[in-house]
Amino acid sequence: MDWLTTVDHKKIAILYLWAGGLFFGIGGLEAILIRIQLIKPMNTFLDAQTFNELITMHGTTMIFLGVMPVIFALMNAVIPLQIGARDVAFPFLNALGFWTFLFGGILLNLSWIMGGAPDAGWTSYTPLSTTTYSATHGVDFYTIGLQIAGLGTLIGGINFLATIITMRAPGMSYMRMPMFAWTTFITSAIILFAFPAITVGLVLLTFDRILGANFFEVGGGGNPVLWQHIFWIFGHPEVYILILPAFGIISEVIPTFARKRLFGYSSMVFATILIAFLGFMVWAHHMFTTGLGPVANALFSVSTMLIAVPTGIKIFNWLFTMWGGQVRFTTPNLFAVGFIPTFTMGGVTGVMLASAPADFQFHDTYFVVAHFHYVIVGGLVLGLFAGLHYWWPKMFGRMLGEGLGKWTFWTFIIGFHMTFFVQHFLGLMGMQRRVFTYLPNQQFDLLNLISTIGAGLMGVGMLFFLANIFLTSRKPADAANDPWEDGRTLEWTIPSPPPEYNFKQTPLVRGIDAFWKEKTAGHKGMTPSEPVGSIHMPSATILPFLMSVGIFIAGLGFMFSRDTFSSEALSFLFNNYIVTGLGLLITFGSMLMRSLYDDHGWHIEPEELEGR
Amino acid sequence: MMKTWQAGKRLLPMTATLGLILAGCGREDLSVLRPQGPAAESSFDLMKLAITIMIVVLLIVFSIAAYVLIRFRRKPEQREIPEQVEGNFKLEVLWTVIPLILVVVLAVPTVRAVFAAGNDHSDDKNAIKVKVTGHQYWWEFEYTDYGVKTAQDLVIPAGKDIAFELSTADVLHSFWVPSLAGKMDTNPDGTINRFSFSAPNEGVYRGKCAELCGPSHGFMEFKVKSVSDAEFEQWLASMKSPAVLPEDPEIAAKFKSACLQCHAVGDQGIAMGPDLTGIGSRESVAGILLNDDTGVDGAPILDNLKTWLHDPQGVKPGNKMPDPKKDLGLTDEEIDGIAEYLAGYTLD
Repeated sequence: MDWLTTVDHKKIAILYLWAGGLFFGIGGLEAILIRIQLIKPMNTFLDAQTFNELITMHGTTMIFLGVMPVIFALMNAVIPLQIGARDVAFPFLNALGFWTFLFGGILLNLSWIMGGAPDAGWTSYTPLSTTTYSATHGVDFYTIGLQIAGLGTLIGGINFLATIITMRAPGMSYMRMPMFAWTTFITSAIILFAFPAITVGLVLLTFDRILGANFFEVGGGGNPVLWQHIFWIFGHPEVYILILPAFGIISEVIPTFARKRLFGYSSMVFATILIAFLGFMVWAHHMFTTGLGPVANALFSVSTMLIAVPTGIKIFNWLFTMWGGQVRFTTPNLFAVGFIPTFTMGGVTGVMLASAPADFQFHDTYFVVAHFHYVIVGGLVLGLFAGLHYWWPKMFGRMLGEGLGKWTFWTFIIGFHMTFFVQHFLGLMGMQRRVFTYLPNQQFDLLNLISTIGAGLMGVGMLFFLANIFLTSRKPADAANDPWEDGRTLEWTIPSPPPEYNFKQTPLVRGIDAFWKEKTAGHKGMTPSEPVGSIHMPSATILPFLMSVGIFIAGLGFMFSRDTFSSEALSFLFNNYIVTGLGLLITFGSMLMRSLYDDHGWHIEPEELEGR
Repeated sequence: MMKTWQAGKRLLPMTATLGLILAGCGREDLSVLRPQGPAAESSFDLMKLAITIMIVVLLIVFSIAAYVLIRFRRKPEQREIPEQVEGNFKLEVLWTVIPLILVVVLAVPTVRAVFAAGNDHSDDKNAIKVKVTGHQYWWEFEYTDYGVKTAQDLVIPAGKDIAFELSTADVLHSFWVPSLAGKMDTNPDGTINRFSFSAPNEGVYRGKCAELCGPSHGFMEFKVKSVSDAEFEQWLASMKSPAVLPEDPEIAAKFKSACLQCHAVGDQGIAMGPDLTGIGSRESVAGILLNDDTGVDGAPILDNLKTWLHDPQGVKPGNKMPDPKKDLGLTDEEIDGIAEYLAGYTLD
């Protein structure tokens, strides 16, 4: 019950982590099934329809329900601590964001047991995703599930923007913020501008499918290429929503374990901003073969290549952060240094893809599959692993085991390169993506076998990680405030895990890497910027949970509003939008209660603080 | 220990690359890396330029990384704190400017090639015009200047520019012959995509659909047959000659009443499904059952036709053809008879 009503950012972080981890596991199993099917030519392990459902759900789950929530978990766990705040700006909204994400994700995954998963690819290109060609409710689960989950992301993004703008500790100017706080800030800004696009797209597609509208339906004058534009004007910035937080994590982990401040801090900040800006300018590079014509193709080619410049700045700054330092190979740092060459490989193939005439060959082949897995798995997932191992003691008060951590790293990264490196060649040798099987004797067989074995090895790496979590959870929670001993930022100045109010006294920030600065000046901790006083805390509430349940019911009701059920009562309830109405009633009722009942929260008094 | 690991890890991809290049990098009739025509060559040239630049970049990053990781490991006796360097303006400018130069080096030929690829030959008198229509899950090829329509095997004269007009009858598809040219989508809303390629060398090339189009997307393959001018003329003439129907009148009647409701042969039937004229001379049945009498890559055409006609859904899940036995009520003998007729229906 405590977990259903919490508005504490640290508990919400843990909720995000478990829920994200669950969906990540589902997505991972889907990946393993996909790779087993492709282990040899003309395999009959899965049928074509199931395979298409698996690739669709694997992509959708991993992007929206697997890695994004884990990113949000780390942001929630770390950002208020890093900027010296007691919570996020809107704790109630923070909880609401989590619950809408969870119920959106549950709705999407219900499709497996409620009559067919979505099967039109994670991009859901029309007309394949229209009712004419995808007659089950699969794509409805996609549109409505993602709509609800996306609501949570948008809420979270706005919340972090407000938090970072308004709640930094005294002295923490923008140019003194830790890099992870910077990338979270920029990521949140991208969310703010990119998510409305997918929201609109999903509404239009839902209307086409459920209400018979004709936005994309060719027969009714709709335009299927319009969907591609809407999707990618969201979808490309989405890539940066994913990778920028990983950049932030790497920029935290490497300086800590190299015992040096981040090289070229201000150029890192401007590179991040530039990447975000360019990220919005290049969506059509996903559409070179759609027939946009040479002018558009040339413009989008060149603008895409430009992204290599700020990304290159980051890579070299990380390398030179370690130059002259004292590098320790702890598990988080192994993931961070493994990230650099791996992500660089994903980056250079990105530049190759940007060249439109060459992309006519690369597009929709395994070369692309290899490229974006290098970026998303080799970049983001390695980054997340680095971050999770790094901040685990702060989140749970327990250090993850170093031995198992190293096993996780080596099996995962070797498995990763085995899986995806060979896929570059599969693509160049003529294997298109999203094929449920392939004919023999095309020289695809051996490379696919290697790829599948690699995927298995990555799975083993994940098992090591789970074992590590399990064994760690049985140990006492006795991690030090600064368990890595070289912590540089504010989160390491307070106990692990932090008390509910984070900082007894808001710290005074005197420079970049505030804690490191105090340590080198010979101080034990931060200088407080305020006397010990009464701390205002928000009240726990069940309303965010109820609101999300309401939206969930409304979504299901809307989705099935045109179906005929075997039971007349059910048909009556659904066809007259009674279920939808009921769900909306719960949501709006909860909103009304939130508005009418004035909750002032509660206070932790100084005596209580001293008592601890 | 660490040293050897790092070196090994970094050498592995390079060795693997070299190994694969030496292995030939795929079939001549399929691989992007073994281009067989000017369009694919233009893509391949850009690719080679890009790969070279990228390998140089990777080598620089990898060697700096390897050096840093080996040279600046923390030693047990180290207690003093390393110098906290803020950055280095000159260095940072250097690694902003060099990538910019590399981007320009790649961007200039890219833009040139983009506009060259836009040259579609649709108003070229010497080009062969072909209208390509994608269907779930087969390809229709119409030679507009000659009034000939065929399916699955695109026959073209070697060395001539082929001007394509691409569209689709249902969902999005993407027309791709890797060893001859890059791919181009087929859009359903009346926007015709145009492009062109030529195949200077005679031979058979494998084509694929590259855009997810339903369950049998992976099976939506086709062949491009590049033949001499004389052979091409002869092919056109025999495609236009009157239809040959089964000799056995019973089979002929069944063929007319069952098959010709959707298919066409010569001047008979309707072309809703794939045109069957001269199907005995094609490279494959249904695009994926390869006709090969030696049995290495496939099976003799008669076997393939029987396989297909007895279980079309089994071969290509989700396709639109009714089951000859269950839906059309044909007997096994009739199906085999039709298969024999079709296998024997060759062009001169």
